[in-house]
Amino acid sequence: MQIVLDVQNLNIWYGGIHAVKGVSLSIEKGDIVTLIGANGAGKSSTIRAIAGLVKGYRGTIQYTDAGGTQVQLNNRPPEDMVRMGIALSPEGRRILPHLTVEENLRLGAYSRKDKAETASDMEYVYNLFPRLRERRGQKGGTLSGGEQQMLAVGRALMSRPDLLMLDEPSLGLAPKLVGEVFGIIREINRQGKTILLVEQNALAALSIANKAYVLEVGATAVSGTGEELLQDPRVRDAYLGA
Amino acid sequence: MFVQNFFNALGLGALYGLIAVGYTMVYGILRLINFAHGDIFMLGAYFVFFATIQYKLPWALGVALAIGGATLCGLLVDRIAYRPLRGAPRISALISAIGVSFFLQNLGVVVFTGMPRAVIRPRELTNPLPIKDIIPLEFLQAGRIGEVRLIPLAIWVPVVSFLLVAVLLWIVYKTKPGLAMRAISRDIETTRLMGVSVDRVIALTFALGSALAAFAGIMWALRYPRVEPFMGVIPGFKAFIAAVFGGIGSIPGAMIGGLILGFVEIMSVAFFPHLSGYRDAFAFILLIFILLVKPTGLLGERMEEKI
Repeated sequence: MQIVLDVQNLNIWYGGIHAVKGVSLSIEKGDIVTLIGANGAGKSSTIRAIAGLVKGYRGTIQYTDAGGTQVQLNNRPPEDMVRMGIALSPEGRRILPHLTVEENLRLGAYSRKDKAETASDMEYVYNLFPRLRERRGQKGGTLSGGEQQMLAVGRALMSRPDLLMLDEPSLGLAPKLVGEVFGIIREINRQGKTILLVEQNALAALSIANKAYVLEVGATAVSGTGEELLQDPRVRDAYLGA
Repeated sequence: MFVQNFFNALGLGALYGLIAVGYTMVYGILRLINFAHGDIFMLGAYFVFFATIQYKLPWALGVALAIGGATLCGLLVDRIAYRPLRGAPRISALISAIGVSFFLQNLGVVVFTGMPRAVIRPRELTNPLPIKDIIPLEFLQAGRIGEVRLIPLAIWVPVVSFLLVAVLLWIVYKTKPGLAMRAISRDIETTRLMGVSVDRVIALTFALGSALAAFAGIMWALRYPRVEPFMGVIPGFKAFIAAVFGGIGSIPGAMIGGLILGFVEIMSVAFFPHLSGYRDAFAFILLIFILLVKPTGLLGERMEEKI
């Protein structure tokens, strides 16, 4: 299988704090890969480094784009990542509250020049999230938490990424909505997108992941397929509450 | 007399508004008060002076060159004085802005000399309009309007100013770079995640603001036909007041603030001639008043976010 993203020995410091200590991970094309772990385990830092939002980290991040070209991502700005096919739906959703739903989606497609295909992708997002179509003219800030999460995912999809990264999509959502959002993530994956998912909701994440990494205080503690980790006694004790 | 004052105020207010728009746009995006903005206004006026009076270029070409030159200066200011400080605390950029402002004024003294220079205005803009031929004098008297003496400049300044602001609003609300500007004003990091080259969009913002300020400077030089290196200071301050008054961050607010300020200044002197010495103070009294009553300005909104 083709490796889309390969992270080797990632180290991140914030001031004197060594937040990520030698994390390595690889993502195969067409997979859902998840990073789980407690608060402060380094999950978000890792995904933010891949997206270009962390400066001055050590280690290598290698990306293979849809055409098969290998690119070193180290310390490139975030706007480059989008153009190369990596999109991040950030933690806390970060939709723009003063822009309409449609403007938020158009912003997601900012780097694209293909107008007709952008319009068809907007249609695709509206079909995926019919609620967004209903509210297309509404300001983002007036949406409910669940709708904002859908908008954040839809906005990331608007760049037509090859690798979709989702940082805590279940954060602050009611359990019923978590199920709905994860159903859609799986649906997006089935249509061929490679997904990197950072989650605190380990059960939900592991049940849809092909591969999972458990991070603990900045380092990989366990890794395996989603199925394996669901059965792993250490993971069950620490993250599944069983 | 009233009609005369009305057009006077409209022109002055429109120019304050045009400068204020530049302040408000930069503030909206970077939370930076670009103190050098008034000096870009001054440069625009000087450039048109040199192009048309020194080098005898035709007016249209001179105006275009002056706006282009001042816009380039605005871009340079951003590139040299603000961009390197983008990650730094906001106060550093503010101090840098004050430094640039002093630098440009003093550079103006060195290069252009401190002597005010007279601007010779083109005839077409200053020959009084044949109002008596259009509206019969009896009609004006019946309406208690009296005799009006208007020059084309008094009409052109507000008309073109409003047109320019309309174009600007179209750019900000209907185009892709405009969408990016509005996004940056709330959340720079997320906007970068969407593939926007933030530095380029900020440069565009400075370019638009500088072009408007340069145009205002040129019109100012034609109204009070002279240029001098410190001519941008007081109009700059007042336009800043207009921007705060209208609600900083809001483009229509800046224009409305500018107009109100123009009317307050002209009308206060028209109705209370003995207070004319306090003319500049009115602007500042207005600012203090609005800050006490509505700190966000007329059209400003509080930054609220739903988490």
